[in-house]
Amino acid sequence: MDFFHVIVVLLESTIRVSVPLIFAALAGLFTERAGVFDIGLEGKMLGAAFAAGAVAAVTQSVWMGLLAAILISIALSLVHGYASITQRGNQIVSGVAINFIVAGSTVILGEAWFRQGGRTPALGEGSRFQTITFPFADSVREIPILGPIYSDLLSGHFLLTYVAFAMVPISWWILYRTRFGLRLRAVGENPGAVDTAGISVIWLRYRAVICCGILCGFAGAYLSLAMTAGFVKGMTAGKGYIALAALIFAKWRPFNIMLACLLFGFLDALAIRLQGNPLPLIGQVPVQLMQALPYILTVILLAGFIGKAIPPKAGGVPYVKER
Amino acid sequence: MSTPYAKLPGWVEYGLIPLINLAVAFLVAGLVVLLVGENPLEAAYHLINGAFGRGEYLGFTLYYATTFIFTGLAVAVAFHAGLFNIGGEGQAYVGGIGVALACLWLDQTMPWYVVFPLAILGSAFFGAAWAFLPGWLQAKRGSHIVITTIMFNFIASSLMVYLLTRVLKPLGSMAPQTRTFAEGGQLPKLDWLLAIFGLDVGTAPFNVSFLLALVAALCVWLLIWRTKLGYEMRTMGHSPSAARYAGMSESRITVITMMISGGLAGMMALNPIMGEQARMQLDFVQGAGFVGIAVALMGRSHPAGIIPAAVLFGMLYQGGAEISFEMPSISRDMIVIIQGLVILFAGALENMFRPAITRLFAMQSRRAAVVAQTKGA
Amino acid sequence: MDNIAIELRGIDKSFGPVHANKNINLKVRKGTIHGIIGENGAGKSTLMSILYGFYQADSGEILVDGKPVAIRDPNAAIAAGIGMVHQHFMLVENFTVLENVMLGAEDSQILNKGIAKARVELKRLEREYALEVNPDALIEELPVGLQQRVEILKALYRRADILILDEPTGVLTPAEADHLFRVLEQLKSQGKTIILITHKLREIMAITDEVSVMRRGEMVATRTTAETSVEELAELMVGRRVLLRVEKGEAKPGEVKLAVEGLTVKDGRGVTMVDNVSFNLRAGEIVGIAGVAGNGQSELLEAIAGIRRAVSGSVHLNGKPIDVTGHADPAELRDRGLAHVPEDRHHVGLVLKFEECENAILGYHHDKRYLNGVFLNIDAIREDAEKRIAEYDIRPPNPRLKTANFSGGNQQKIVLAREMERGPDVLIIGQPTRGVDVGAIEFIHKRIIEMRDQGKAVLLVSVELDEIRALSDRILVMFAGRVVGERDPDATEGELGLLMAGVEGRKEAAE
Repeated sequence: MDFFHVIVVLLESTIRVSVPLIFAALAGLFTERAGVFDIGLEGKMLGAAFAAGAVAAVTQSVWMGLLAAILISIALSLVHGYASITQRGNQIVSGVAINFIVAGSTVILGEAWFRQGGRTPALGEGSRFQTITFPFADSVREIPILGPIYSDLLSGHFLLTYVAFAMVPISWWILYRTRFGLRLRAVGENPGAVDTAGISVIWLRYRAVICCGILCGFAGAYLSLAMTAGFVKGMTAGKGYIALAALIFAKWRPFNIMLACLLFGFLDALAIRLQGNPLPLIGQVPVQLMQALPYILTVILLAGFIGKAIPPKAGGVPYVKER
Repeated sequence: MSTPYAKLPGWVEYGLIPLINLAVAFLVAGLVVLLVGENPLEAAYHLINGAFGRGEYLGFTLYYATTFIFTGLAVAVAFHAGLFNIGGEGQAYVGGIGVALACLWLDQTMPWYVVFPLAILGSAFFGAAWAFLPGWLQAKRGSHIVITTIMFNFIASSLMVYLLTRVLKPLGSMAPQTRTFAEGGQLPKLDWLLAIFGLDVGTAPFNVSFLLALVAALCVWLLIWRTKLGYEMRTMGHSPSAARYAGMSESRITVITMMISGGLAGMMALNPIMGEQARMQLDFVQGAGFVGIAVALMGRSHPAGIIPAAVLFGMLYQGGAEISFEMPSISRDMIVIIQGLVILFAGALENMFRPAITRLFAMQSRRAAVVAQTKGA
Repeated sequence: MDNIAIELRGIDKSFGPVHANKNINLKVRKGTIHGIIGENGAGKSTLMSILYGFYQADSGEILVDGKPVAIRDPNAAIAAGIGMVHQHFMLVENFTVLENVMLGAEDSQILNKGIAKARVELKRLEREYALEVNPDALIEELPVGLQQRVEILKALYRRADILILDEPTGVLTPAEADHLFRVLEQLKSQGKTIILITHKLREIMAITDEVSVMRRGEMVATRTTAETSVEELAELMVGRRVLLRVEKGEAKPGEVKLAVEGLTVKDGRGVTMVDNVSFNLRAGEIVGIAGVAGNGQSELLEAIAGIRRAVSGSVHLNGKPIDVTGHADPAELRDRGLAHVPEDRHHVGLVLKFEECENAILGYHHDKRYLNGVFLNIDAIREDAEKRIAEYDIRPPNPRLKTANFSGGNQQKIVLAREMERGPDVLIIGQPTRGVDVGAIEFIHKRIIEMRDQGKAVLLVSVELDEIRALSDRILVMFAGRVVGERDPDATEGELGLLMAGVEGRKEAAE
């Protein structure tokens, strides 16, 4: 296996593992830019993955699965919204709560409904996403350099993979080029400015939270309908937290988020690849170091040693009209 | 909005409202049981019977409670200073190193009562060290402590996997764990304590670290309400501006508080490592750091509340196991749901029922006033 | 009477027990600048927030152009042609000027078209009203004066015909304020109606056509500016209150205890709050600092007490310097004999969730008397607290009661008892009787005089002019961060009022 081929394979798996991160980090982008902190990405993603797996298995329809994922994820988002926007509760506590509730109920319900040890039934071809092969992908593979890039790197992914990457410019466009985005960013910085401009702070933040739900729904559906054929208990395995780290690492900006997710995904893919193989020049690198690297990098960034991550000013603070 | 809610009598504030919140959490959990097609009342019966029905069951319940007292105290100490330490999980995990080192070093030559104090110091030291950095980063660099402690949980997890697969594992073994400790690295059971009540502890790993947990609870109470440091922590937690006015150093208090919190979380490691397994295994913390959040919220950050809350969660863990035995469709993950619901209703939604209750009391006092008036006339 | 832009009829508003607006009637004529003047807490801002739909009046009616309108939220106010420039700007700091101006009035779902239109419109507004500002500049990079201009542009962009400005010159330099007034004149000449809320008499006289005076939630008078005088307005504003009388003998000033020299303090935004202030405070005298709230008195106190860092200048306590520009430590200053009763007892002077006895040692918790090693000596703490409770007649006499459950007067007594009873050399006091009932006021005043008679040096800041006059041996008047004059306590209220309003101060300071 030549070096170039190794790189292509590595990048291909980087893309595969980055997709849920991108969806989830963009989801976090919408709420956090609106001033609602969300450490419940993990839970929403897990809930969505379960709903997708369960509904797709029952209805034999991948689209019903996707729809269920989005609906469940929105419902969970609304719980978080109700606690943190309407009840002005602690947003961290609410996020933690949602993560637990989902972690427990996906197993309990899954076992009760399907009796497969917390899994949902394996999905057949019609009820899961299939990879898409670009035209001529097979015939151009032999062309040096460009061939493998086209056939293996660009072609042959799931629909949701392309959607994820499309969501990056779309999210950017929504946030920076639409009225909704302008208001959403404003409410995360200074809700007073939004309120005095005659816009409802509460409704605006609820809409942001719903956007987060939709995107987490995609993230979850990708896990159980595309990456694997069905739901496995605890299948998010901390991806929600990595997405959170990526969101901070990207300083709350859409294109940075894509890069951060690809970086973290690459580290993940590399860690798997390197298992037992020494790295040139550096020698043996413990897999665990590679796995911890996203978190270490984020801490270093947060400490202000590489640039400064400034969160939205009104983040985490419930809006109370001043008296 | 300085006083968003009217004042309520103390028993309502500290008794009724937490109870209502808890009751709602359990009601919702009951709905999940219904959804699964089982009888919630029957589940409740198995839960309570499974937790207290026999000496052995009680022993397990208290074994789990021991763990949760430590992590609950850890979260509570930080809460008092206005800090949210979500990193108890990682601090407990790393605290295990201290326990393991003490045991591996002395277990074959020394009796448990020599190893135990060293293990306590070791676990507290490693736990505190793991909490030091997030505390220091918050105090000096302004990094949000919630995010850094989450990150440190994951870093701890990777670090421990590395240590257990590469460093602490005995040669020739495949399992990612330390060797089994000799007698000096095993804590005696508290069978005599249950025997006083005529109960037999059986195989339950209920051990002396339970007594240490009670001592820790007492120490936390002393620290928070009876020492100068605790006074400063509470001042900062309630009002940072008053702390500044009084000449207290915010960064010093932040760092010290986090280290105490981390130390308490680290001491949790004694219970499973020396008290049950007699070795350190992968993932021995099993989410206890997060349960600590629920315990601290339910116990209102007071040791007198934390101990019963920890016993409640111990009951859930032990009784939950029993339910899953009797009712196969309800696995131990039910506990995780209840835990989440308790955090939601006792934490994030703690004020949900307050307006209604306040109205109720306002109405009653008005009626009482009217009655008094008519009687007077 | 069809030239009335806004009419308020019987507006009434309470916040719990606080009656902020009492049956307010007001007519503002079209195309005029109408001033509303009053002391802090007179209810001006509440009234304007009702007009802008931020709060709902409990009763009363608002008429715009003679037609009654229901203003339920800012949206309705904007629709009725009302715009507001808030005291604390409602701007998104990391947005551009253009984005801030558009926010809430974007025209369409997609910004592009709106941006183009806004750019053109902004250009027009700039030309018409001489309000130049770079539309692509970020707010956080603009000086305060320009930020305010953006606030005005926001209102004009929404086609406001009636513009409310809440204390607009509070954050401006004199040059910026002059420019603002020119802008307002310009707006008036274009037919806009302007309501100017201020507590500065000079501004009222300089720019308004009519002026209404508010006092303690009531609208007490409306005058044509040309036909009134500063003296009359000052009197209307302050009212003829029953003079407080406090028995006190001659002061016998001794040596200098606190020497302040060229002290300058800036706030977080870099606005100068205390500007080159110097004075001496001697043993056995009370020096009162008079001034309308927000003229730098709070920052002066905090800088001396070591809570807020000064930019330059020096302070000497008992002849030894305090490191006011570096790391002054409030705890160390207490040991050196400086006691501080802060203005804000709720957030600074007390921890409301603490028991009374816990607050009785706040800041003095290092005292060996209260400690057994690292432990608190609870018995000693409670014993001391009980003694203080008896001496200061704090009710209910229960050292274990939560501080939040005491009345304002008793809370203040807790703070005073703590700060006075350790025999400090210098006592600095902010707003000793704010929110305190009449009985307690008398008690507190007596105690302050007693401190003086014991030879302590007392620095007193209060927005209550009566209090300053009744207690002080010397009065310093602060305006816009500077000490603009020193007077004897027998100076007339009018004379002090003018100084406080910055009318005569400028001349005197220049001399």
